[in-house]
This record gives sequence, C-alpha cells and structure tokens, in this order.
Amino acid sequence: MKSWQPIDLVARDLDKEVKQSTYLASKIKTEKRVAILEQDYPDADLLRETAGRIKQHTIENLDTYLPKAEERLKENGAQVYFAADAAAANETVLRIMRENSASRMVKSKSMVTEEIEMLPFLEANGMEIVETDLGEFIVQIDNDHPSHIVTPIIHKNRRQIAESFEREGLGDYNDDPETITRRARAYLRRKYLDADVGLTGANFISAESGRIAICTNEGNARFSVAANRIHIVVAGIEKLIPSDRDFALFLNLIGRSATAQQLTVYNQFINGPRAANQPHGPEQLHVIFLDNGRSEVLASECREILRCIRCGACLNVCPVFRQAGGHAYRSVYPGPVGAVLSPLLAGNRYPELADLPKASSLCGACNEVCPVNIPIPELLLRLRDRAKREKISKANKGTPSLGLWATLCSQPAMWKTALSMGHGMNYIPTEMIPHPAARAWQHARKLPKFRGGEFRKWFKNRKNEQR
Amino acid sequence: MSLLHTPTNRPATKSVQLMTTCLCDTFYPDVAQATVEVLEHLGCDVELPDAQTCCGQPAFNGGDWKSSRKVVRHAVKTFAGDKPVIVPSGSCAAMLFHGSLLAFEKESDLPQVEELANRTWEFVDFLVNGLGIDRWPGRFDAKISFHSSCHLRGSNSKAAIQKLLATIEGLELLPFDEQEQCCGFGGTFAVSFPNVSREMGTLKIENLVKPGPDVVGSADMGCMMHFGGMMDSKGIGVERMHVAQILRDSLKNGGLL
Repeated sequence: MKSWQPIDLVARDLDKEVKQSTYLASKIKTEKRVAILEQDYPDADLLRETAGRIKQHTIENLDTYLPKAEERLKENGAQVYFAADAAAANETVLRIMRENSASRMVKSKSMVTEEIEMLPFLEANGMEIVETDLGEFIVQIDNDHPSHIVTPIIHKNRRQIAESFEREGLGDYNDDPETITRRARAYLRRKYLDADVGLTGANFISAESGRIAICTNEGNARFSVAANRIHIVVAGIEKLIPSDRDFALFLNLIGRSATAQQLTVYNQFINGPRAANQPHGPEQLHVIFLDNGRSEVLASECREILRCIRCGACLNVCPVFRQAGGHAYRSVYPGPVGAVLSPLLAGNRYPELADLPKASSLCGACNEVCPVNIPIPELLLRLRDRAKREKISKANKGTPSLGLWATLCSQPAMWKTALSMGHGMNYIPTEMIPHPAARAWQHARKLPKFRGGEFRKWFKNRKNEQR
Repeated sequence: MSLLHTPTNRPATKSVQLMTTCLCDTFYPDVAQATVEVLEHLGCDVELPDAQTCCGQPAFNGGDWKSSRKVVRHAVKTFAGDKPVIVPSGSCAAMLFHGSLLAFEKESDLPQVEELANRTWEFVDFLVNGLGIDRWPGRFDAKISFHSSCHLRGSNSKAAIQKLLATIEGLELLPFDEQEQCCGFGGTFAVSFPNVSREMGTLKIENLVKPGPDVVGSADMGCMMHFGGMMDSKGIGVERMHVAQILRDSLKNGGLL
C-alpha cells in the first residue's frame, strides 16, 4: 500500500481506544457547539462573518496595528519585543529570565510556545518549567505532545492518566477525574508560589489600548501571573484585534466555538504590570510578538488562515481528524487549520508536510463552524495545486494522475469512444482492473455497472421519435 | 452563509442546457433521464450539448489545477450561449460556479468562466429558486433518509431540496444522526485515503440506514457511488435514488407523467 497517504495509514493503525476517545469527544463538542450557538444567536453565521471580516482587516493592516499596539503596550508599562523566529523568541525569554536571576517558570497553555518548542529549550538551559493547564501538565509528565489545540489530551482516557499520576508519585492509582484534578491542583499550588516567572499566551490583544485578553477554564493563567514578579506574554503577530469593543464579539465566539460555553470561565484583561497604586501583580510585563513565518503566510494566497483564533472547532467537526487523531498531522497545529497552517509555517520543511492538505474530503464542515469564517477548503485546494506544481512527491502519493483524463475530457470524440468501449469493464471481474486507483476503490466498494452512452441514446432516439 | 458563492441573478428561462455529468453519462443514465423528464414536465426545452464530458472537478480536487482548467475550458466552449445550465449534481454545479473561479483566478479567460458560472444551477435549486416551484405534485409513498451532500453546504440547494421533498404526498423525510458529516467520497480522496474514506462511509451508512428508510436519497451521484458501492459490498439492499428520480417517480405515481 505504498500509494496511500501517511495520514490514512496512521488512521488505519490508530489504537482503537484513542480513536474512540477522539471520535466521541469531538462529536459531543460539535453537537454542543451548534446547540449553544443556536440558543443564543438565531443568525450565528452573521457573527462568524463579521468576526472574519474584522480579523481579515486586522491582518491586512498589521503594519498599522502592530506599531499601534506596541506604542500602547509601552505606555502601559510593558516591554515589547519582536521575534522573527522561534530561536529569537526563545532567546528573548531566556534573557529576561537570566537578567532577573529567575530559574523557575509556571506557564499557562499556549500553542505558540509549543510551536517554538520553548520548553525543551529553556530546560536545556537549566530552567524549571511547569505546565499548569491540567491537560498540558499531563502532556508534560508523559513527555507527549498535545493532539488538539484546546483539549491537548483528547487522545487519552482517565485510566491512562491515572497510571501517569501513579508513576509520577502523585498518589496511588485512582482514575476518578475529580481526584486527579485535586491532586494536580495540590501539586501545582506549590509550584505557583515557588516560581519567579509566569508565562502566558494571549488570545487577543487590542491595538487600541494594548489590553491583553487571556481566556482559560482553569484559572491557571491568573495563578501563573498573580504571584510572580515577572509576566511574559508570547503571542503571534496575528493575535491583534483593532479595538476593545471587538473583545465582546470574539469572547462570545471563542468559548462557544471551542468548548460550547457561553464564555470561558476566567477572562483576564491585562493592562500592564502592577501600577504604583496597586498592591499586587507582576512588577514587569514583557510582550514578545512572534513572526516565525507569519509574514510569509500573510504574503501568500492563504493569508486568511491568519484569522484563526485557535478554538479547535474545525478539528472537532472534521471527519478525518476524528479518524486519525491530532498526532497524525505531525505538527503542532492539527486538523483542518493545521493542514493549512503547518505546511505554511514549516519553512524549508514544507515538502515534509505538503501532504497535510490532502487529508480532507473537502467537505467544508470546517468552514461552516469556523468562528472567523476561514475558507479552509479553498486554502487546502490552493496548497494542493502548489504541491502539484512544485512536484512534491509526498503530497501527490495515491492521487491518480489526471493528465490523460483531462485530455480525454477535452476531446469529445475520444470521450464518446470511451463511453462505448467502457462496456468491456462489465465483462471482466472488476477486481482485475489493473489500476491502483481502481484497486483502492474496491478496497471497500463495488463498482456500479458501466452504462456509458445509454442516456445519450435515449435522449437522441426520443427526439427522433418526436419528430 | 457564504460558504459557496452561489451566483445571484442567474437566468431562469425555460430553455435550458443540461450538463449530464460524467457519472450519469457513464454509470447512471436513469438519473439524467429523470432530470430531463422532470424539466420537460415543467415545460422546459432541454438541449443536450453533444460535446460535453466532465466539469473538471476530479483534477481540481486532486490538486491538478492545470488539467482541471483544460476540462473547464472545454466545458465553457461546449456550454456556450446564454441559456441556464442545469446540473443534476451539487458538486459538479459547485465546480462550475465556485471551484472553477478559483482555478482561473490568474487566467486571462476568467471572464468566460465567470460567464458560465453565472448561469449554472444545481437541478433542484433551479426548480425552486429559478422556476419558483414550491410544491411537488404526485405522490411517493416512502420513508427517505436523504444524504445532504457536502457541496450543498452553504448553497441554496440544501434548503430547496428539503422544502420540495417535504411537500410530496406520502413522502416522509427521516431525521438521522450526524447529518452534517461527510460520507467520505471526496473524489480522489476516496482512493488516496481509502481507510479513512471507508470508515467515514461506514458511519454514514449506519446513520442513514438506522431509522429504517425505504429509500436512501442524494443529490450527488458521486457520494452515492461511494457509499452505495459500500452498501452493495455489505449487502445492504435499501433502494437508492437521486432526487431527480424521486421527483419523476412522484409524477408517475400521481399519473402526471
């Protein structure tokens, strides 16, 4: 089966338990999402389209909004950095920690720090890092990778988690979710208090005020920030929104789209470091804006993908993600959004990930649920065209060559000959048709009887009769 | 909902061209025949351009846009004129009014492609939103699980089909689980991702068949060739019909044809 796509093979071989966890969790979230949107917004599509237009406007005017945000953030007392790539961002975090004699960091969930592989870098440089989102904490102790943008351990069940906790000395085996959560909480409380630095991502940053919005359900971002001297924010340059009033729209959409909540449980708005008249809070706020290939995406034909607010709704609804799981995408961002974004952000590793856009039946469900209305199928198609033009073998594996077919379909005489000759197919066992695509087809399906030209004959004879 | 940019202000005259679609031309003649019979029942004059082949979608979805453009150019030439072009397939119609525009973005003959896009109709969209039909006569005594193919998503066709079928006497549309999920066809996807495609198809068939339909319906023979072929492999004998066949048979049952 050399001609099958890598993600298809992962799906075929995926552990049944993992597949079931992924499928059920995704299905439930998709159904709840629809219910909660329809309950509150009779025309949710209008909301999605509006949010999409605002984000599109923002990314197309980053040259205005980024300097504006920088200016406001500085006015608010933050220090602002621009990191061209992962290495620059990681070095910046390390430098801030070293300059402040800091060695311990607690961090909340952030996809962008996964993208730049910040943890292994800081650990290699002698820093102690603790993930405080429960899912990410489990990923960390298991030395695993998140398989979903919002629910990083969608691929694990509670039995597996209980085993991990037991292994790590976090109590005897117990797979009761509440017990697991309480144990993690007790462990993490200590870590919050012992840390020097709290690091978070950002869900949205208002260019108008420099205000940073962070949404969590566990309150761990607050804890990470509140007890520490230093707060570091790492955010992709596309996280901006034009003004504070836009928070309303985006906060209304992100909770509903991600986890079918009207609002995430904890929504922080950070205006800067502790002010003179404030008794608590970090003394320093550092905001690192990361490019890491985003400018190139912005210059490409797939720039709409930068609207993404990382809600994961497209993953949950995607039938391929449901079958293959997040790790199949071999990159930080899985599912439909990842199939577009990951190859684009891969730089010179692009050929290795050029097959991801093929992992879709182009059903469009991702577009339909996207809170910023990203035309994901169109972007997948553009990337398929690119992979074909650039002759990337990995991407084109298993796709039948269609050049000859195109010739057939643009030569009516040849087409009609084929219509009459195809009947031969009915006289040989279809399993013997010597073509890999035909064989793959019959992997699970029968071919219908060939009846080429019958309709044309009917149409013509009938016309003759009428005359 | 702007998932598919269904063109507005398309011509809806009763003198039409039929795009048979390559699948009906090769495998499903009765679907094309039913389409003609329904259109003619409504007083349409149906022209069948002889040089027609395919809409170009297989190559477009497969990523071979160059080959796809070759086929679209042929379609543009074949369906010249100003008549509405009627397509008994949501996905082939979407290829002509949506996909082809993407594939021709940078081509100098984009205007010609747009011209065809702006008079292309999915069959039931044409009946309901073109000709203004809002009730379907005759009768069709059956419980139907109707698979709304993915290319109807965001187009006018989805609502049009539901609306029209719901008016047929004797016909009951069955609700079923996970209606929004794809059946796993996806053109070349079905052969380059045979395992995922099969799993998706299995799930779709389970959901379609569970409520106990007399007929499984669809507006796309691509989907039906895939999950129908799977039903045949599994020995699931529930009858399968294209929406055009349901409409035609309803007329026949009512003695109107």
